[in-house]
Amino acid sequence: MTNPQRLVVVGNGMAGARAVEEILHRGGDRMFSITMFGDEPYGNYNRILLSGLLAGTDDADEIFLNPVEWYRDNGITLHAGVRVVRIDRFAKLVLADDGSITPYDKLIIATGSRPFYPPVEGMWRDDKTLTPGVFGFRTLDDCAAMVHHAREHRRAVVIGGGLLGLEAAHGLRVLELEVHVVQSAPLLMNQQLDTQAGHVLRRSVDKLGITVHTGQRLTAIRHEDIVTGVTFADGSSIDCDMVVVTAGIRPNVGLGIVSGLTVERGIVVDDQLRSVDDDDIYAVGECAQHRGEVYGLVAPLWEQAVVLAEHVTGHNPQSAYHGSRTATKLKVAGIDVATMGLKQPEREDDEFVQFSEPRHGVYKTVIIRDDRLVGATLLGDVSKVAFLMQAFDRGLPLPEERIQLLFDIGTPAPSVGAAELDDDAQVCNCNGVSKADLVARVRAGERTLSGVMNATRAGKGCGSCKGLVADIVEWAAGGKIEDDPAANWYVPCIPMDKPELMAEIRSRGLRSVSAVFAELARDGRPDAASKMALTSLLRMMWGAEFVDERDARFVNDRVHANIQKDGTFSVVPQIKGGVTTPGELRRIAEVAERYEVPLVKLTGGQRIDLLGVRKENLPKVWADLGMPSGHAYGKSFRTVKTCVGSDFCRYGLGDSTALGIAIEERFKGLESPGKLKLAVAGCPRNCSEALVKDLGVVAVEGGRWEIYVGGAAGAHVRKGDLLTTVDSPDEVMTITGRFLQYYRENARWLERTYAFVPRVGIDHVRAVVVSDSEGIAARLDAAMQASVAAYRDPWLEGENPVTPGQFRTALPLIVLPRVPVR
Amino acid sequence: MSAEHPVARADDIPVGEGRAHVVAGQQIAVFRLRDGRIRAVQATCPHAGGPLADGLIDDTVVICPLHNHTFDLATGCSATGQPAIRTYPAHLDDNGNIIVSVPQP
Repeated sequence: MTNPQRLVVVGNGMAGARAVEEILHRGGDRMFSITMFGDEPYGNYNRILLSGLLAGTDDADEIFLNPVEWYRDNGITLHAGVRVVRIDRFAKLVLADDGSITPYDKLIIATGSRPFYPPVEGMWRDDKTLTPGVFGFRTLDDCAAMVHHAREHRRAVVIGGGLLGLEAAHGLRVLELEVHVVQSAPLLMNQQLDTQAGHVLRRSVDKLGITVHTGQRLTAIRHEDIVTGVTFADGSSIDCDMVVVTAGIRPNVGLGIVSGLTVERGIVVDDQLRSVDDDDIYAVGECAQHRGEVYGLVAPLWEQAVVLAEHVTGHNPQSAYHGSRTATKLKVAGIDVATMGLKQPEREDDEFVQFSEPRHGVYKTVIIRDDRLVGATLLGDVSKVAFLMQAFDRGLPLPEERIQLLFDIGTPAPSVGAAELDDDAQVCNCNGVSKADLVARVRAGERTLSGVMNATRAGKGCGSCKGLVADIVEWAAGGKIEDDPAANWYVPCIPMDKPELMAEIRSRGLRSVSAVFAELARDGRPDAASKMALTSLLRMMWGAEFVDERDARFVNDRVHANIQKDGTFSVVPQIKGGVTTPGELRRIAEVAERYEVPLVKLTGGQRIDLLGVRKENLPKVWADLGMPSGHAYGKSFRTVKTCVGSDFCRYGLGDSTALGIAIEERFKGLESPGKLKLAVAGCPRNCSEALVKDLGVVAVEGGRWEIYVGGAAGAHVRKGDLLTTVDSPDEVMTITGRFLQYYRENARWLERTYAFVPRVGIDHVRAVVVSDSEGIAARLDAAMQASVAAYRDPWLEGENPVTPGQFRTALPLIVLPRVPVR
Repeated sequence: MSAEHPVARADDIPVGEGRAHVVAGQQIAVFRLRDGRIRAVQATCPHAGGPLADGLIDDTVVICPLHNHTFDLATGCSATGQPAIRTYPAHLDDNGNIIVSVPQP
């Protein structure tokens, strides 16, 4: 083995340590012997959290990113508290203030920044020491000294009303000091915010009990033994016993200058983060200047560290840094602030959308140029920041209604974006999958959404989290998500989408699930996970010609009841439109007693559910009920809720009850890609919740009926889209049948109407179903009529079982987790 | 040592489906695959006690009807992160009887 190269890192802050982490991650421990120099006598800590430390919300132990043991464990020699004073580039040595001389093959400069102290009288006691009571706010030691001093003193002046100044002021306020913030500019955070935002922020800061003085330039710090006050250019002054200087930062470039590197504002580097003068010297973080920019935020620093590591390890010599688009989201003094790009419009045709509500401390703007987001400011309410940052970074298409960039308006959107969710936040509430679980799979190399979903089971329950899962996977993969060809397949074992598959099935005349597997599946092998979907599709396509193979049905469809957690079943007889009779109720009651049904419950669909029926009792229960199946178990037409309509209700405009019964009578049990729940309301008061159904009908004045489609009020909540308004119940029946058939033929397996309708677009659905734009209305109507005609009540099978042991129990003796009996 | 037990006639189990039986005091789900082979595994899913005999199968796996956990019928291994299930050697004899071998204590 050849001797490893010597890598020396000057600077042990967030940039230096991150660069080393990235290098180690790429096998750098085998390539290099690593030595690090740090000015501060500690490991690497998270400087961003110092304000939390000051305010007491973070603990000193918790802010360390790399404690001293980390260096030891990774074989890194750390010189903490030692300052490098010069680089001898020709002998390739670094000289430190402890007299040591260290040779290097590759050198990384990550010296960061230091606070800027305005040159005013009274700032310094001597060349090196600030006047007692005057503090910078940059290091752990600064922070500790401030906390110590604050205990004994009562009035602080913070010089500088930028981000850091407000953080310091907030922390001191929490420590119960009287706090004044002095800002020479007319606005707070003038670097990031426009005039209005600055005013809104000021109101919020005032409310924290912090006194703000803008437009005041510091001219002197008065002191005796310690600070006694500050004086301004207009002659006014404030008495105080503590001064914190947060008037900006300056890159630490002294080392670069004395070592003969090109330095402007920072050490000038190329796209590989190398000094333009010396290929063996890199600079990263706040001390580096790339294409004229010096970054003071953490995100660009991470990006630089990656490129540097890729290059210095030879992992990817082509790796290049092209600069960062800076977008930040932070809490300043407890106030949410997010900014990105421009803070105000620059050109005449820039679109500028602005919302201001100072009383609540909310201010939002977006700036759009050529349909691309080029700037945004969010103050007080950053709920839209995740989308805006993505749009800003990647140039995503923007909603036509620009106001949707600032607010969620009636559209389903994940309330929290992928980036800002906590790692331990539960994303899939059905299967208990956290954001960290998803991210771990992506880190482990999984690059498709379905791969991550299969591995974690996220999104495999009710499915309502799929959108957020997709967002997180994409975010974790840095947008490098691979298109998943299987995403559009109708079933996992056949590489075809639904239209292709239907065409193939039709042209080959495949009438059974086993025939489809034999002809179309990979190696002709059957696939358990595809059976149910194919059964549904073939039955829809072939109607009475379908060759029914019972093993391709899910258990619910084999025994016509819904399996429960203990392996028993629930029985829901048909109660059309929720209308029943004393006779039916009496029979239901008798059955419930006779078979010791543990739970009798009214369902959300206006029916009665007998829960906990043993499989072997199903035929007897059905026979004794003497009622048809309510189909509360299949991916099929379930129920039609109705209100009392016009017979009794004094508001009723139309006979919703009769119409609901007629709809259920016609379409009962119809198999479909997802379940179908319908409702009819007799007036716009909407008592049967028709606006949130797969298809809902609402009577309106004038004897007319509105038809809504794509609504939902389950795992997902969505108001249906108005499909059309018609003049008669007959037309309702026709349009309903046509829409349902269009959905059956075109929706993906398990794609409910609330996803199908937005995917296809309500305008398109309307064109096809109402205006017959594709000339298929007659065919859809005929296909639906054939399906309706092929209907047979499945509960009749109770008398003549179709397969041996169809109703044999599958849980012979064992005591299973029982649903508690009420 | 294990003993062979006749459990049912082949005709008692529809092709491609499973039925649960008690064999030598153990609950066993017996499946008749479409390719003609017989498979026998423990009757309950380790996840939440679901009845595996009610699950959908193909020539290699069974999917529990409760939460879609998937198990290899030959090895018992789970493809969805559950503990493995027990499997039992099973075959069809010349007289059309399904024979399951259960280890003796």
